[in-house]
Amino acid sequence: MNRLDGMPLELERYELFEPRRYHFDVDRRDFFKILGFGLIILCVAEPASAQESGRGRRGGGGQIPSDVNAWLHISEDGAITVFTGKAEVGQNIRTSLTQAVAEELRTAAPAIKLVMADTLLTPYDAGTFGSQTTPQMASRLHRMGAAARETLFDLAADHFKADRASLKIADGKISNNGSGTAVTFGELTKGQKLVKSVTGNGEVTPAGEWKIAGTSVPKVDGRDFVTGKHKYTTDMTAPGMLHGRVLRPSAFGATLASLDSTAAEQMPGVTVVHDGEFVGVTAADPLSAEHAVNALRAKWDTKPQPSSAELFDYLRKHSSEGGGRGGANSGSIEQGLAAATHQLKAAYTIAYIAHTPLEPRAALAQWDNGKLMVWTGSQRPFGVRSELAGAFGIGEENVHVIVPDTGSGYGGKHTGEAAVEAARLAKAAGKPVKLVWTRQEEFTWAYFRPAGVIDVTAGVRDDGTITAWEFHNYNSGGSGLACPYDVANQKCQAHTSNSPLRQGSYRALAATANHFARESHIDDLARAVKMDPLEFRLKNLKDTRMRNVLQAAADKFGWRAGAGGNGRGIGLALGAEKGSVLATCAEVLADKESGTVKVLRAVTAFDCGAVVNPNHLKNQIEGALVMGLGGALFEAIEFSNGMITNPFLSDYRVPRFSDLPKIDVVLVDRKDAPSAGAGETPIMAIAPAVGNAIFAASGIRLRSMPMAPEGLRG
Amino acid sequence: MSKISQLHVNGSDAKIDAEGERTLLSVLRDDLNFCGPKYGCGEGRCGACTVLLNGSAIRSCQVNVGSVGQRKIVTIEGLEHDGQLHPLQEAFLKHDAFQCGYCTCGMIMSGVALLSKRKDPSEAEIIRFMDGNVCRCGAYQRIIAAIKDAAKTPVEITP
Repeated sequence: MNRLDGMPLELERYELFEPRRYHFDVDRRDFFKILGFGLIILCVAEPASAQESGRGRRGGGGQIPSDVNAWLHISEDGAITVFTGKAEVGQNIRTSLTQAVAEELRTAAPAIKLVMADTLLTPYDAGTFGSQTTPQMASRLHRMGAAARETLFDLAADHFKADRASLKIADGKISNNGSGTAVTFGELTKGQKLVKSVTGNGEVTPAGEWKIAGTSVPKVDGRDFVTGKHKYTTDMTAPGMLHGRVLRPSAFGATLASLDSTAAEQMPGVTVVHDGEFVGVTAADPLSAEHAVNALRAKWDTKPQPSSAELFDYLRKHSSEGGGRGGANSGSIEQGLAAATHQLKAAYTIAYIAHTPLEPRAALAQWDNGKLMVWTGSQRPFGVRSELAGAFGIGEENVHVIVPDTGSGYGGKHTGEAAVEAARLAKAAGKPVKLVWTRQEEFTWAYFRPAGVIDVTAGVRDDGTITAWEFHNYNSGGSGLACPYDVANQKCQAHTSNSPLRQGSYRALAATANHFARESHIDDLARAVKMDPLEFRLKNLKDTRMRNVLQAAADKFGWRAGAGGNGRGIGLALGAEKGSVLATCAEVLADKESGTVKVLRAVTAFDCGAVVNPNHLKNQIEGALVMGLGGALFEAIEFSNGMITNPFLSDYRVPRFSDLPKIDVVLVDRKDAPSAGAGETPIMAIAPAVGNAIFAASGIRLRSMPMAPEGLRG
Repeated sequence: MSKISQLHVNGSDAKIDAEGERTLLSVLRDDLNFCGPKYGCGEGRCGACTVLLNGSAIRSCQVNVGSVGQRKIVTIEGLEHDGQLHPLQEAFLKHDAFQCGYCTCGMIMSGVALLSKRKDPSEAEIIRFMDGNVCRCGAYQRIIAAIKDAAKTPVEITP
């Protein structure tokens, strides 16, 4: 039994607030009209969750059930197409989900096509977040693939007039041992109009027997990305398309006092759209649109707002007691502290940071007879459809959202701002309009990873036993809040606050902040009792998965208690969240004389259950570690009086080649454990590992993320 | 600035009708549909818009199309010859040197420019040359490996 089972996931910050508005009534004849004859497998929600939704199945009268969450079609020519509402944003799920179906159909991955994140063609999906694609959607796809395989066996048994036991499936064919002949999937589905439903239980291939899942299948459409052929939203065009720009307020919360658009309106080919607080322009090319928006003369009413200088006091002052999620509470902190020989108390602070997806928010919108079609980069296509329907007062059936595989999101693309804006402009212009946010807009008008303040009070006995653990997070959130160590007396609480900036989901949510504070503090406890940080952690940990990753990382890293000198130091940190566990070790150069801080090398050992694609998983872990370095060392959003003061890539430093440490990854592949999502959690442990290494190197304990925006002397 | 009527892109002359003050990036993408070069920052700080200008890597978001003249432009679309990818494109595939792929075209163009100047660059040279290209997904280690790998298969770029 490990501690991760039943650990609640933190609710993402936007997507779950809205009720599900989707109503799905597709007649099965429509299916065959759209997809052609053949075999269709529907994956319907497990009975429990169907009940929770309060809606019965509308299974009668030829309609398909209402709680379908994926489907698969094998056409008359044998083409296998899978339909899922999940979005590809660089986490490589187009490949990993393909592997699930390929595995069950015993067919090479390239033979399978995935249609993703298209509100007309794919069933409803709440969104691509919370590391749920692998545990949920991949499981569904395995079940659908298995059901398709079994149906094909039935058809083949009929075809051969043979017993199923004499049939074998491989390479898109079923062969008959008796006759020595084979039949293709397409020959079996020819002229068929078969619809089958699968629910929770199905005969899926156990991870231990995987031949395609569990292997490093190359990115299925990789060639399109290295040749520039892949069309992101920003690359989309439509006949007669115009380019849009939106006039932004002078500060957050500002309201439009007056607008003079005369000069802009006189520019050739320019349309100015003014609708309430919304002001935008369209023009034939991006530069003309920029000139037009710059020619608008607007006056704004603003009000005073807090600045980053006073942020942390502000967050404490505006927090509400117990407003957030609670973690494990047990025993008595008072008694635990009384039993300690050392008590340590510290506060940690976490800055706002920006996701900075390299593809900014963008959308191409076009109207046709009251129907709206929008291409946009989003992790929530169906959420964006709801936003659009709401914004224009039209039914969701009149809105079609398509998400091309997108230039990253990291939790930052849950909302549909660009889609709504492009649609408003297109409506006014009477032509398709493409809107691509500038980097400055993305840095200012998107949302941020929440800032936070964390107070930790802990007690430790001389023998290295942690006796008390009290942990309060103000504003940044409750993800990764629970203490993974075995502490009898503990209290962990997340408190909500009134965030001065718009904030939302970010890769691993608050787990990064909470792990930073916890694992930094744990190191200080170890030092208080003069124990090696690795030994100290192992002493206070029973969970075998966590002990394993710690040991695996330490072994690969060559952990030696007290190693360092000449400005070098080593540090480690442990992490557990969303069904995965990891440990990261880092070696840094932290030179007090020059102020230089450089991470030299890092090792992450990662256990997310059965590994689906080892190479892509390593890529995610390496990438998350690099991204985590930014938040650890130098990324911070600065603001003053309702404006971001560093809204450019030249002012907001992101990790570059020169920041790269040598990275090694150890995958702890556990065929016996369900596969957890892995796009988020590998970011959690690098910041505290680096902080602990800086302390080991320099004796300086840095308790603010980012730790060293100006180096050690900053 | 006056209008520009012609650009030399990927080995041939392309007819355009564009104000000279527009960026080369916009004209390549919006007028000529070469969408490999991407908008990432508009400040020349991310490298997603990188193309070759007479063989050198430049940030096309920082260049007015009016200043290009007869110089030869190569975009990612010009790297593939007769269905054969450039060795660096192959190496990116081999090393899975990307995740979302949005930086990839700019990365490859910068890498191609480096390899045309240094046949066998050291790791330090790669890092120095490539430092203006951002991969927010953090695939840097793989990109370095891909560039080193591609250096083993020298090619001449003939724009």
